[in-house]
Amino acid sequence: MTLQDCYAALGGNYADVSARLHSDRLVQKFLLKYLDDPSFQQLCTAMEEKDYELAFRAAHTIKGVCQNLSFTQLLDSSSQLSDALRHGWTPEADPLLERVKADQMTVTAAIQSFREESEG
Amino acid sequence: MNRSILADMLDSQYEILEAEDGAAAITMLQKHVLDISLVLLDVVMPNVDGFEVLTVMNQKHWIDDIPVIMISAESGSTQVERAYELGVTDFIPRPFDTLIVRRRVNNTILLLAKQKELIGMLADQIYEKERMSSIMVDILSHVVEFRNGESGQHIIHVRTLTEIFLRQLQRKTDQYRFSQADVALICTASALHDIGKIAVNEDILNKPGRLTPEEFELMKTHSLVGAEMLENISTYGNEPLVKTAYEICRWHHERYDGRGYPDGLVGDDIPISAQIVALADVYDALTSDRCYKKAFSHETAVQMILDGQCGVFNPLLLDCLRDVAPTLAEELARASTQTRQPEPRQLSQEIIYHKDLLASERSLRLLDHERMKYNFFAAMTEEIQFEYTVTPNMLTLSGWGAKKLGLDEVIMEPQKDEKVLRLIGADTWRSIANALQVTSPEHPMTNYECLLHLDGQPRWHRIIAQSMWSAEDSPSYVGAIGKIVDIHDSRVKLEDLEKRASHDMLTGLLNHSSAKELIRNKIKSNPKEAYLLVILDLDQFKAANDSFGHIFGDQVLIHVTKQLRQSTRRDDIVARVGGDEFLIFLEYKTDATQVVDRIFGAITGHYKDFPLSVSMGVACTNEVGGEYEKLFHAADQALYSAKRAGRRQYRFYDDSMRETLSAISPIDRDVKGGSPK
Repeated sequence: MTLQDCYAALGGNYADVSARLHSDRLVQKFLLKYLDDPSFQQLCTAMEEKDYELAFRAAHTIKGVCQNLSFTQLLDSSSQLSDALRHGWTPEADPLLERVKADQMTVTAAIQSFREESEG
Repeated sequence: MNRSILADMLDSQYEILEAEDGAAAITMLQKHVLDISLVLLDVVMPNVDGFEVLTVMNQKHWIDDIPVIMISAESGSTQVERAYELGVTDFIPRPFDTLIVRRRVNNTILLLAKQKELIGMLADQIYEKERMSSIMVDILSHVVEFRNGESGQHIIHVRTLTEIFLRQLQRKTDQYRFSQADVALICTASALHDIGKIAVNEDILNKPGRLTPEEFELMKTHSLVGAEMLENISTYGNEPLVKTAYEICRWHHERYDGRGYPDGLVGDDIPISAQIVALADVYDALTSDRCYKKAFSHETAVQMILDGQCGVFNPLLLDCLRDVAPTLAEELARASTQTRQPEPRQLSQEIIYHKDLLASERSLRLLDHERMKYNFFAAMTEEIQFEYTVTPNMLTLSGWGAKKLGLDEVIMEPQKDEKVLRLIGADTWRSIANALQVTSPEHPMTNYECLLHLDGQPRWHRIIAQSMWSAEDSPSYVGAIGKIVDIHDSRVKLEDLEKRASHDMLTGLLNHSSAKELIRNKIKSNPKEAYLLVILDLDQFKAANDSFGHIFGDQVLIHVTKQLRQSTRRDDIVARVGGDEFLIFLEYKTDATQVVDRIFGAITGHYKDFPLSVSMGVACTNEVGGEYEKLFHAADQALYSAKRAGRRQYRFYDDSMRETLSAISPIDRDVKGGSPK
């Protein structure tokens, strides 16, 4: 599995990230590092505990990371969620959270299989 | 994650410090203010956001030397505008592009370095230019002086005197406002005051004797001629220097009373620059040798001017002369041996820095040095030192102090910080904050004692603080600095000593004198209430001592104390006033007899096998008034009556007892001894 394949699988834009970071080494490094990023977990916990300020910041961070790594699909859902939470909870937030969760699954699944293949 | 992407992009070229949120960023800036070349700042951060960090950077003037690049995904124009207003140099948009990030960071750093270099060059050039023009003015003025046969010292003297008078006038009054630049301008222009003399015939200028009226009229033309010469320099007519020189030339022979020349201006119609130069001119003329006179001494010259022998001057200026007279001669001598002071450099710096006092790199370095010193001593003394500022709402603790209290060194919004509140309590915090705010700039000190919960244990601390006030005309409270001292041990010892001094050792009850004090206070603070005072005496206590020994006697007293405590309320006053005599003072609502009966009943009975009974005398404030001595005396007489009537009873004081004796005065030994008179 190449980086391109991985990006195709997770709903991202390889051409874009590669043009900005100028280095496959960096792309790969941060791609793998994304698996350790705590923001998604923070988002889920904060939503459960109804701490919407924290949830907003977590969604905002995910959005930032997605922008930087060109995770187009997750970027779309997380930025909508971030907007929905900017001034506290709104009714759109809950379905958006489900979308973020699904997109996150897609992203992590793709990265994981990329990692297994490149390590194995 | 986003931070580490950025760090990775820059890593090869720079040393990078990462702060996880705004508060950490401020702490880091505080520590490394001189080493940081650039800050990359995010807007959205927990607790303290990017804008708050910018605000702090502005307040501390860090932003003058440290460029900030803001990172932003949202390019909402209000945010961008606000950031630019707060001094942000540039933005980096998300998503990050390695090239853009590197370029912007690099460019910003280079730009600032260039800017600093240019400032230095510009300052040097302005300084050089000012020096040149000073020299030109000096040469020109000396030409006039030479014709006059004078040494050239006159110009230097007039300039020095002008500056001295000006500064003194500034100290004395706000009536005339001079900036640093105005002062320099007037001093430079003062050198030109006599240029009109170039048009006056040399024979008149250098005539040793008195001038004839005609000659004097010719001499007088020099002020107007000088002014016209300046007026006709069309190229520079609007220059402040030329304008000021014009004023001085034309009007430095006017008199405050309107009898001078050429225009006969009165009072402050004469420009203050000309008034000052006139005074300087007269003083120097008096104290120098001239072709027509010898020099007067400094003292004589001052006296002559003050006496009005040499013209009429603005009384304020005469006051200035009086003020500076003691050091004037000395300062003049110093000025004429010195080359020009380096004040133009100061001036050029001032111009470049927009006259505002900004933190230059040098002052930052000095500050850093001070902070190092401060940190060193703070660490040495092992003291809890703190600084609190209202905006940003921030508490900073010395390193040692933070460790001691278990807090962070920098705490944003401390009154909402859980750890702070656990330590100090919201009420105490408010009370301290209030105490700090009600001080004044003249009396800024606060001394406050309170309990702090270190590791959950309450300990007494003293907070010694100085409130800080802004330097404006109506100063406002901006924060406080101070230290916190643990006074627990000494305070506990003191409390213990106080308790020992006011309490009876055996029973732990109050002693007589402290009870008296408390009773008086009680009556005084609530004089309308009904109180009663009981004196009570154990019957046959001597017998208990005699037959069972003193230790048993002590036990009886402790037992009685317990009974008394149980039959009274917490606010009532119970005291031991003698060997086996007790005093009770309490407030009652309706039935005094019931209260007294309850106490009587509580004591009467047995302790071990020893039968206990008691005699009591009671006096009520309703009956005898609120004066302690009278109350006590009445209760004493009632006690005597009770004993006379065969003990084991209580009596209320009434008027029939007025003539009876005292139970506990010296005579009562007879009563106790069993042989009443």
